[in-house]
Amino acid sequence: MATVTQPVSKKATFSDSLIAIVDRLKTPVFYAILIGWAILCIAPLYFTLVFSLKPVANVYDPPLFWPIPFSLENFRDVIGALPLFPRWLLNSTIISVVVTAFRVLFCAMAGYAFARMEFPLKKFLFTALLISMMIPGQVTLIPNFLVVGPGIIRGGLKIGDLTIPTGFGLMDNLGGVILPGIVAAFGIFMMTQFYKSIPKELEEAAMIDGLGRFGIFFRIVLPISTTQLLTLALLTFQGEWNSFMWPLTILRTPENFTLPIGLNWFRGEYYTLISKVLAGSLFNTLPILIIFFIFQRYFTQSIAGTGLKEG
Amino acid sequence: MAEMVSNRPAGLFRGGNNPEKRKKRSEALTAYVFLLPYLFIFLTFTVFSIGYAFYLSFTRYNLLRPPEWWGLEGYRRVLCLESLLPRGEDAPPLACDDLFIKKALPNTVKYTLIVVPVQTVLSLILAFAMDQKLRFRRLFRTIYYLPSVTSSVVISLIFVWLFSPLGIVNQIFNLDINWLNDPRYAFYTIMILNVFTTSGTLMLIFLAGLQDIPTAIYEAASIDGANKFQVLRYITIPMLRPVVFFVVTVGLIGCFQVFDQIYVMTSGGPLDSTTTVAYLIYKWAFRDTTVKMGQAAALSFILALIILVFTLIQRRIIEGSGSVGSA
Repeated sequence: MATVTQPVSKKATFSDSLIAIVDRLKTPVFYAILIGWAILCIAPLYFTLVFSLKPVANVYDPPLFWPIPFSLENFRDVIGALPLFPRWLLNSTIISVVVTAFRVLFCAMAGYAFARMEFPLKKFLFTALLISMMIPGQVTLIPNFLVVGPGIIRGGLKIGDLTIPTGFGLMDNLGGVILPGIVAAFGIFMMTQFYKSIPKELEEAAMIDGLGRFGIFFRIVLPISTTQLLTLALLTFQGEWNSFMWPLTILRTPENFTLPIGLNWFRGEYYTLISKVLAGSLFNTLPILIIFFIFQRYFTQSIAGTGLKEG
Repeated sequence: MAEMVSNRPAGLFRGGNNPEKRKKRSEALTAYVFLLPYLFIFLTFTVFSIGYAFYLSFTRYNLLRPPEWWGLEGYRRVLCLESLLPRGEDAPPLACDDLFIKKALPNTVKYTLIVVPVQTVLSLILAFAMDQKLRFRRLFRTIYYLPSVTSSVVISLIFVWLFSPLGIVNQIFNLDINWLNDPRYAFYTIMILNVFTTSGTLMLIFLAGLQDIPTAIYEAASIDGANKFQVLRYITIPMLRPVVFFVVTVGLIGCFQVFDQIYVMTSGGPLDSTTTVAYLIYKWAFRDTTVKMGQAAALSFILALIILVFTLIQRRIIEGSGSVGSA
């Protein structure tokens, strides 16, 4: 073994002693940082829980840290007495489930085509896909609103006696929130990268057995990509469940609101009933938290993955 | 598909006799069937939309009457450069809207220049701490991700309540600040919220980057007698540079588009102190009593340009300070 000869100088000893100090302090300091930030992360949700378990009348009364007096009235009201809350919950569920189902299927299909098939304009379309991910949503917000809702031309395009509608007429309709979300460039990119990474042998064997592209895709490719599909489904569901700007633009009557839009509207209308808003907030947060705890691995891996792919 | 027998008369398609070409064509057709849903949505909601937004940005459009060609007038009104010139007391009122140049742009730049460095440094420190072989790491990771899983609206509503005059923050720290109604504090409250919600996610990205540095490099450095500061200075930080670039880019794009929190917490107020570019686009297009769709469209392209320029500048800075390119 080669022995390392350290240049002996005053500087080296100084930095050595500094390192010794840092080494001794390192662990407690890092623990303090980790615990401190953990408390900050939990605190808002904890206080939300505590105050949603207090009656409306006592909401500003001490104590701060425990729900005394304790009451389930807010949760009861949110589920029962205020009929709009269950409605919002249902709307949010419908939108999130439908968007997720379509997006996972359509992104997998497009991703498979980009990864495995040869077709004219392939390079061009894939570059267009990558570029489209960099366009801020504000640019397409106004035209998308017009296309989904009132139409590009008010009253439709008139050619002689014929009137052609220039919009989908889905204003204030859950369908209008769903439609532009059924495919996403990011999902296609993710699935393309995945399908490029898996070996072709399985598909080639199936092809020799006489299975067509559709048969291969539905019977072989989809089943072996369940992990990736689940990750995409989780990210999509979370995004749609929490989404705000687009549903806010499309939905106009309280019956059609999603939970985030509804909660914000309710806060504006009845700002004294803050504990109801807090209870409702927990209804928005809990499903995602439960999903997150069950599938944590997929969430964290996908996040770490985005960084690595770019880095 | 390869064995597909065609009953079509030969020569109907160019090269119809050539099985190789026929196979290619059938594959291309299948591929387009797979791409059909995407192409429909992409052409409608991306290609057409961008084109139409570009057209709208040169028009005056209030939804009631058809768009009316306006040339660059919309852009001129958005930029409103004459509002920067010194004006006399009896000068006629401005024929433009100075909300972008006087409020939204400075606010958004200030927001980005504060939030991006703070959340980057904070998440990097957290990632270093998480990278030590400490106990309960998995528990910490789960907790740190909580604010990111919660919806932006819900967390904003909770913050509105926490930072209300009688709220918990004032009670715990014995303060008497009207956080969200005071132009001096409102914007900082929203910045705190943003740092709070994004740092967990960014920490995970940094952590993945740290764990991705090959241990062989560290071993080689320790054999060469490098001390811990040297390892940090000459190995960890340079190796992490691409990840820093990614985190800063994500942060920049997020900050320039901040909307939900502004809408829920302050609606741009008080005294426009929290009006950002993304919020102003929405306000002009959907909230003002006379909607200004054309002007909002013009501003959305200006926003896209600003984001592009900032991304390029920071790429220059980060890549310029070292020779490590994208891995």
